[in-house]
Amino acid sequence: MQRNGLQTVAELEDKCVDIRSNLLKFIYRIGMGHLGGELSIVEMAVALYYKYLNFDVLNPHMDGRDRFILSKGHCSETLYTIFSDQGAYTQDYMVEYFESLDTYKFGMHSNRKRCPQIEVSAGSLGHGLPIAVGYALGARYRGENYRVICLIGDGEFDEGTNWEALMAGGHYKLNNLVCILDKNKLQMTGTTEQVMNIEPVSDKVKAFGWNLIEIADGNDMEQVCAALNRLPERNCKKHDAPTFIISNTVKGKGVSFMEGNHKWHGGGISEADLNIALADVSNGQTRN
Amino acid sequence: MAVKTTYNFDQMLSNAREAYGEELYRMAKEGKDFAFTFSDNVAPSSSAGKLLKEFPERCFNFGIAEADQVGASAGLALSGCTVFSQLFGPFLSLRAADQIHTDIAYNDVKVRLIGTHSGVTSGGGPTHNVIADLALYRAIPNLTIVVPADAGQCCKCIRASMEYEGPMVIRIDRAGSPNVYAEEYQLEIGKAIETLAGSDGYIISCGSNIYECLMASKILKEELGLSIGVVDMHTIKPLDIDTILRVARKTGMVVTVEDHSINGGLGGAVAEVLCEAGYQGIFKRIGMPDEFSVLGAPDEIYHYYGMDRHGIAVTIKDLLNRGNR
Repeated sequence: MQRNGLQTVAELEDKCVDIRSNLLKFIYRIGMGHLGGELSIVEMAVALYYKYLNFDVLNPHMDGRDRFILSKGHCSETLYTIFSDQGAYTQDYMVEYFESLDTYKFGMHSNRKRCPQIEVSAGSLGHGLPIAVGYALGARYRGENYRVICLIGDGEFDEGTNWEALMAGGHYKLNNLVCILDKNKLQMTGTTEQVMNIEPVSDKVKAFGWNLIEIADGNDMEQVCAALNRLPERNCKKHDAPTFIISNTVKGKGVSFMEGNHKWHGGGISEADLNIALADVSNGQTRN
Repeated sequence: MAVKTTYNFDQMLSNAREAYGEELYRMAKEGKDFAFTFSDNVAPSSSAGKLLKEFPERCFNFGIAEADQVGASAGLALSGCTVFSQLFGPFLSLRAADQIHTDIAYNDVKVRLIGTHSGVTSGGGPTHNVIADLALYRAIPNLTIVVPADAGQCCKCIRASMEYEGPMVIRIDRAGSPNVYAEEYQLEIGKAIETLAGSDGYIISCGSNIYECLMASKILKEELGLSIGVVDMHTIKPLDIDTILRVARKTGMVVTVEDHSINGGLGGAVAEVLCEAGYQGIFKRIGMPDEFSVLGAPDEIYHYYGMDRHGIAVTIKDLLNRGNR
C-alpha cells in the first residue's frame, strides 16, 4: 500500500536522521528554505508518510488515499525530501528543477499542478484547514473512507480562517478530519506569545467541538506514534468530533545553533554551518 | 446574426437568483453530480430551498464566513465534486479574494462561485455594492467570469458550466430584471451575442444592463433614426475580442455600459482591446464613477449616474453630436 513502510519507532527515528540530513543538504544546494519550521515537523511528517498515511508516492493520485495538506506551504522542502527518499525523484533532479522555469515542480511554496505528490497548492497562510474541511465533507458526500490530515503552524494559527474552519469542522462533526498544530512557539519575528498570543489553544479547540490530543514532545517519535495510534477509524459517514493534535515541537530541531532561534525561519545555509548541522543531526538522533 | 430580443419590461420580469436555484434543482433531479455550498443569506424559502430539502447530503451551509466557504468549496472540488457556491457578491469578491485567487484559481478546481446582488442592485449602500469585483476577478489568472443578462441566460450558464473546465465566477443580480431574449438560442461561454445589429455604433454591455441598452437603442432609433447595436458580452473572461473589434471597425463608435466601477471592469477590458488594436474611433465607458455611490434604489442610482436608458441615450447623442435634448 505504501512505499518504504516502516513500523517500529526505531526505524522511524533512524529515518528522521536521514530526512534531516538530506533536507539540510538540499537547502544548502538550492540556497533557500525555511529550515526552522521544516525541521520541527520532521518526526510528524516521517511518521505520516512512512507509516500512518495510506499514500503511495509513486501513485500519488490513487483512489482512496489519505489526503495530507501542508498548510504551512513554505515548509514544503521537508515533503520534497521525503518524496525523494521514497523514490519519486532524486535530490539531483529536485535541485535541477527547483524554481526552474522549465517545470517549476519544486518551489519554495508547493504547487499541486506541478508536483503530483502535493495534494493542495499552498503558500498564503491560513488556507489549509478550510480546504481540509471541504475535502472531508466531500469524502463523506462521496462515501469514501479516507482521512484528511492538515498540518498547520502555530504562527499561521493567527489567521482567522483557521478559526472559521475549526467552527465548521466541529459543526459538521467531521470525524475523518485531523488537524495537526506544529506548535514550535516561534514565528518570524519572535515567540508566538510575544507576537500574538493564541493561548490557551487547547481550551479554544475543545470549545469548537474537536477531540484534543496533545503531544508533549512532538519531536519524540514514540509520543508522535502514540498520538497517531489514537486517531479514530476511517469512517466518513460517522458524525463525531474531528481530531486536533497539538504537537509541541522545537523550531530548528536537531541542529544546535538553530533550535529555538527564530532567525532560522527562512534563508539558505553556508557550507560551514551545513557541516556543523549534519554532525549535530547525526550525533543527536542516531540511535545507539 | 442577431438574436431576437424582447422589449416587454413589465410582463417579462424574472429573477436570476431564483431561476438559477431552480436550474440546480432540475439538474440534481436529472442525476447530475454536484455539491452546493452557501452562506447564511440563502433563505430556505428561496428556490435553492428545494435543493436543500431534497438533496441535503450535498448542501453545506457555512454561516457568515465567506473565506472559509470558498476554501472549503475548493476542498470539496478536490474531493471530486463540481461545486456551486453561492455568496453575497460584495463579500465573495472582497473578503474572500485571497481564497478565490489561491484556493480556487491557483489550485485549478471546478468551483462555480455565484456572486449575488451584483453592482448596486442590493440597494444596501456602498458596503453592499459590488463595484470592484470584475476588476479583481479579471486580474486573477485561470478564472472564467460570466455575467448573465437575464434569468434564462443564467440558467444556460449554470448548465453549460457543468461541462466547462476550470474555475468560474457567475455574477447575478439581487432581484428581478427583464428577460432579454425572446427566442431559444445557443449559449457558448466566451462567445458574445449580438442582440441587436447596428450601423451607427455599438453598446457593449453585460448583465441586466443589457436591457437598458436595448431600450436606449430604441429611443435613439425613434428620436433620431440612429442604428445602435447592442452586444451582450456575457463572458468577461475569456473576452470575445473578435466581436469587439468587428463592431468597433464596422461603426467607429463603441460605448460600454456596466453596473460596476468604470475602473477595471468590462469597459476597461474593452478599452484595452481597442487601444492595443489601434482603434481610433469613438469610445466611452458608462458605469459607476470612481466614488462610493449615492444611496438609493438601483433605478435611482442608475438614473443619477446616467446608466439608465435615457442617460445612455444622452451620452451617445453627445458622442455623435446628434440632437442632444
